[in-house]
Formats: sequence, C-alpha cells, structure tokens
Amino acid sequence: MTVQEIISALGLEQATGDADRLVRVITGGYASDLLSCVMAGAADGNVWVTLQAHPNVIAVADLLNLACVIITEGTRLDEETLGRAREKGIPVLLTEETTFTVVSKLAELGIRGEH
Amino acid sequence: MERVSGLSGVKELTRVQELVYELRIGQVMTKDVITVSPDQTIAELKEVLRVNRISGCPVMEGEQLVGMISLENLIRALENGELDTTIREKMTSSVQSVRADESVVSVVTLFGRLGFGRFPVMDHDGNLVGIITQGDVVRGLLKQMEVQWHTEEIRRYRASHIFEDIESDQTALILRYAVKAQDFIHGGEASSKIKRALERLGAHPRIIRRIAVATYEAETNVMIHSHGGEIIAEVRPERMRVTAIDTGPGIEDIEQALKPGFSTAPDWIRELGFGAGMGLSNIKSCADDMNLESSLGTGTRLEMIFQLKA
Repeated sequence: MTVQEIISALGLEQATGDADRLVRVITGGYASDLLSCVMAGAADGNVWVTLQAHPNVIAVADLLNLACVIITEGTRLDEETLGRAREKGIPVLLTEETTFTVVSKLAELGIRGEH
Repeated sequence: MERVSGLSGVKELTRVQELVYELRIGQVMTKDVITVSPDQTIAELKEVLRVNRISGCPVMEGEQLVGMISLENLIRALENGELDTTIREKMTSSVQSVRADESVVSVVTLFGRLGFGRFPVMDHDGNLVGIITQGDVVRGLLKQMEVQWHTEEIRRYRASHIFEDIESDQTALILRYAVKAQDFIHGGEASSKIKRALERLGAHPRIIRRIAVATYEAETNVMIHSHGGEIIAEVRPERMRVTAIDTGPGIEDIEQALKPGFSTAPDWIRELGFGAGMGLSNIKSCADDMNLESSLGTGTRLEMIFQLKA
C-alpha cells in the first residue's frame, strides 16, 4: 500500500508531498501525540497519525524517515510547518476524522502496528 | 565505516516508480523526428522506415501534424497491393499527442490504454518537438538511474574516505550546532543535519537511526528546558560522541530526571507533545553509553557515545 493509495482510500486532503514521495510503500503505522513516544516507537516508512501540527512534527517525521503524517480532527497547518514539510519533502495529509477512526480505517486496509 | 549495500526489491521498484513521476517526457523523447508528408506514397514510406530503421512516424503537412503512420498500416496496404496509394489514405488521422512537460507516467498510462507504439510530443504552442516510444521510456529510466546512482556514490565515496584521505594519528570530524531556547520553529534542525552527515559518511542506517533519535531528544531538552546551548558531534572512524551543553538553569535532581515519565515541562509545552518525560530514557536506550552532569545555576552537560561499527 502506497501513500497515494491511502490518500485515495481515506479521502485525505494532501497539504504537502511531491509525486515521488507519494509512491512510497508504507511499512506500518504508529499513532501518538507524544513526540518522544513516536521517536521510540515509529519505524522507517511508517504512517504516523497525530493531532499535533507544528514544525517539530516534521522534524520527527524527517529524522525517522517516515512515509507520511496524517493530522486528524481538522487541525490546520501554520505557514512554518507547511514550509518545513515542503523543504523536507514529507507528505502531510489532513482529515476531519479522529485519530481512532483513521487508525481503524488504516487497519482495515491491512496496515499493521508491528513492523 | 560500514557501507550501505543491498537494496531490497521493494525499494528498487519504488525508485523506478518515483522516476516515472519525476522525469518529464521532454527528457526521454527522441528529438530528431523523421516525418513524412501525406502526399507521399506507401512505397516511399516503406523506404523511409527501412532506411531509418523505425516502425512509424508522424505525418506532417507543412508545420501541421495531420496523422501518424506505422509499420502496421504499411503491412495492411502491402497485403492489398496498395503501394501507390498516398499516406493520407492509410494514416491514423485522429492523433493522440502528449506534451513535453508532462510526466513520463502519463505516456506510460497511454501506452497501456491505447496500444499505440509511439506518440508525437508537442510543446505549449502545438509544435511537434519529438516522438516517444516505449523504448525511449526504458532508455530514459535506465540512464537517469545510472546518473543518480553515480552522483550519490561519488558524494558518499568522498565523504566516507575523509578518514582515510587525511592522515593523522587520530582524525575526528567536529560538527557544532547552536540551539536557541524555546526556538520551536527550528527544533530538530541540528539532529537532522547530523543525520545527513552520517548518511554521507556511510554509517549503517540502524546506527544512524539510534543517533538521530537520541540527538533529537537531547536537542529538544536544550530547547525546552535551558537558556540555550549547543550540540557538538565528534565523529571518529569507529565511534561518535554527541554532547549537548547548555548554560543553565541546571537539573535539580538528576536521579529523578532520569526516571521514565518524570517531566518538569509546563503544560503549554506538553500540549505540543513534548514533556512526556521519556526523553532521557529514549536517549539511554539508544546510546551505547551516556553521561549526564548538571549543576544548578551553571548548566547541564549530556554526553552520548555511539559505536559506529555494526
């Protein structure tokens, strides 16, 4: 399952992400709003689901080489975060739905927590 | 240092997929287009195709693209003994063209959907600027993969040989990064740069990951809790030391600070997802060795050691 396929399947709004990053295959998923937990628990190529939306989210995604970040509950990105996501090439996807709903949909698509 | 080798099948497939999106049709098309006129005969077409070793070409009336003609049209005309009819009568006149600035993926889709062997390539003003076949796409992809591989290889090679090219009894590469207090906008920049440097130096991805996680935690600690400080990475061929130094206020009780879940971060910082009290324990599990010293009023010094040999 690629980033693009997740965007289509969940009807996500794509805030950032170049075409070449959207074809990346997702290795698994992780959900948390605590950055240190993400640092300890998310793996290379994972999709990360969170309602945090600030520049450090992008830093974490970049350092862990995550496939994409899904920001839930209608949180919008500020200019700083958008700019940083573009610079690092991280696909950031937005949804009105809750983290729980997004994660359960991802699970239905076969995305697992273990990696 | 250990070299990164052996791409998995999945990753290589993705690389090709990425390139298909990245490359523009104009970069892979054949620019010198052989064309015929609609008033030429099928017999003349046969000679054009034979001499140029091509299997089809655009039909041009002056500057205007009016059709495409292929080996398939030629064979059908030969079967009917129509060598003297004009190309105009045998060509495909409803022409599907592509634009030079479109991504290669769009023409790959067209090959699959329409079953044509070639498409004329036009510029913005509708002028014919090239022709593209499936062979052009494959050649373009292979060339681009080679170019990118070479560029990254050279960069890696240069970086990974620093320690061999420069002679001394002990060589170390020192990278220093200033970390400002409460500068959330640039949080993680130092870690990100250290990670890139290690990639270039050819360190093992698993080790890079541990260093990136630990350095990020140390960097955010300086950013959140101190008056400002510095991250210093000292890279040697066999091991690396990352030191986070700040100018205060210092940690009151180090033992307590090391306990998982303990945090002194204020609520507004916790709301940003920091201050989970997991930073130091993350560092502990990522670093091969760590040392934390602090004195109230003077500042804190956190030293982390990583072995670079896997």
